[in-house]
Amino acid sequence: MEIFGVPLEAISGQLLLGLVNGSFYAMLSLGLALIFGLLNVVNFAHGSFYMMGAFAAWIGLEYFGLNYWWMLLLGPLLVGVVGMILERSLLQWLYKLDHLYGMLLTFGVTLLLEGLFRSFYGVSGQRYAVPDLLSDSTDLGFIVLPDYRAWIVLSSLIVCLGTWFMIEKTQLGSSMRAGTENSRLVEAFGINVPLMRTLTFGFGAALAAFAGVLAAPVVQVSPLMGSNLIIVVFAVVVIGGMGSIMGSIVAGIGLGIVEGLTRAFYPPGSATVVFVVMAIVLLVRPAGLMGKS
Amino acid sequence: MTPRQTAYAVALVAALLLPLAVYPVFLMTLLCFALFACAFNLLFGFTNLLSFGHAAFFGWSAYVAGYVLASLGWSTGLGLVAGTAVGAALGLVIGALVIRHQGISFSMATLALSQMLYFFAERAPFTGGENGLQGVPRGSLFGLDLHSDMALYYVVLAIAVACYALIMRVVSSPFGHVLQAIKENEPRARSLGYEVDRYKLVAFVLSAALSGLAGAMKSVVLGFATLTDVHWATSGAVLLMVLVGGKGTLTGPVVGAVIMVWLDNRLVNFGNFLGRATSIDWFNQLGRSVTMVTGLIFIVCVLAFRGGVVGNIASHFLQRVRKSKPAPSRMEGAHADST
Repeated sequence: MEIFGVPLEAISGQLLLGLVNGSFYAMLSLGLALIFGLLNVVNFAHGSFYMMGAFAAWIGLEYFGLNYWWMLLLGPLLVGVVGMILERSLLQWLYKLDHLYGMLLTFGVTLLLEGLFRSFYGVSGQRYAVPDLLSDSTDLGFIVLPDYRAWIVLSSLIVCLGTWFMIEKTQLGSSMRAGTENSRLVEAFGINVPLMRTLTFGFGAALAAFAGVLAAPVVQVSPLMGSNLIIVVFAVVVIGGMGSIMGSIVAGIGLGIVEGLTRAFYPPGSATVVFVVMAIVLLVRPAGLMGKS
Repeated sequence: MTPRQTAYAVALVAALLLPLAVYPVFLMTLLCFALFACAFNLLFGFTNLLSFGHAAFFGWSAYVAGYVLASLGWSTGLGLVAGTAVGAALGLVIGALVIRHQGISFSMATLALSQMLYFFAERAPFTGGENGLQGVPRGSLFGLDLHSDMALYYVVLAIAVACYALIMRVVSSPFGHVLQAIKENEPRARSLGYEVDRYKLVAFVLSAALSGLAGAMKSVVLGFATLTDVHWATSGAVLLMVLVGGKGTLTGPVVGAVIMVWLDNRLVNFGNFLGRATSIDWFNQLGRSVTMVTGLIFIVCVLAFRGGVVGNIASHFLQRVRKSKPAPSRMEGAHADST
């Protein structure tokens, strides 16, 4: 069976790949949205946290013999701590200034981290094996589904929806949202806003690192993997609407699928389609699909 | 002559004599980046719009100028004009898309759109992909043969100085004052009846056109255009030049460009020196990971040195002048702001 001359297997294969990419977009843009919401910082270093997550997985296995599942737990914790240290030591001094400076600082942090990893590991990618438990694949009839890909999509959905639930439905989340609206008022109610900012930044960084560990077996682990991805994620955030939690999840997965379909029907356009969509959204709905205008 | 005019005269004489002492191609590269930084500063420093996509204008103009010179056999002058026009046209299209956005979302949108143009450059048939566009001839301008480094240097210097004068004129013109009003308080400027978005768009296009000219010149000087020119790292590099030199000052971007290009050039030696001195092998890598040092400078600048070299020194100097002269007139204050 074919659609517009493209076999169905190819389409469903690309669709799955798109879903996998979309899961990464969703997790990364979710973390960006959280950080932006509470700290008013566009965290350029988010791509570096993702890269560090993947490297944590690789280093853990290579030097300490810790397997994938351990690193899936330890990687985000470690990178989350790194994020919190960065926030405490550097970022917190800039909240009173123009928001641009936060972005500039994290841009500098990105260059520093990327350069640091490059000076140790070069630019060529390291390979990381798929964990044994998930190395099989399941035949669904219309498509052969590698278990690991299914695991990426499933776990990222759980993490995204769990985060959404935490922000929208719990006490902690409601004080976070209140802090986004008016941090001084929330502080007057006795909530420690600076601590909340630090934890939020750490959580966002951990989320990016989780995505990084998940990505390690399906991409080349290289120092440049983060910055290449982060710009696409920026486009996703602009499309979804700045700071909107649900917007970033939906836009992330949606754009992954759009990208996959483009790769099936018009391969040369797959690298740019997200940016084209962004240009259209900028024209039609400048505040983004789910943003408040 | 005022001290300012004296300083400019001294700088000009120095610029005329410098190629006798320093390798002219290095100086020309420096001038191209200085012009690029000044053009960027017109937007970032004087309008407070942080574009993260200026490499798109710089790089695409470099490609187009290189292409019309190398493959279509256009004259050098026309090539530079074509590059400028490409910068302006791209600036108009991208500017029209993003100009309604403010602050951070403006930066993110420009970054994403420039990344799209990067991918176009990677795929386009005439750019040479990963290899870049090679063998751009220098040709001649108004009968002057540009193959000698000295001749080309003085042409590049003349263009750069002319553009600098243009930027200086724009900043002090009524248009420039409206830009400053927008920078200081946009809602206020709007309420005074200025069409803020149109002013910003004109500034954006002007900045893109001059960045384009800088890119086109770079193509002629070095004889090639590569993907590096359109890469986001170049947008970051020009941003850093302005930040180091002093955002919103006239001379700042030039100083910043000098510092950064020189550093880029010297870092290998410095790394090797540190490597020998401390016998830590890792320092020898320093030259290859310019990004790391760049990142460090970024962090220091943003945290502690936001005025840049010119901004911080100028403000320091100003404070001393204010102390010795109790009541400076408002005009002097305005002049001092645009050092």
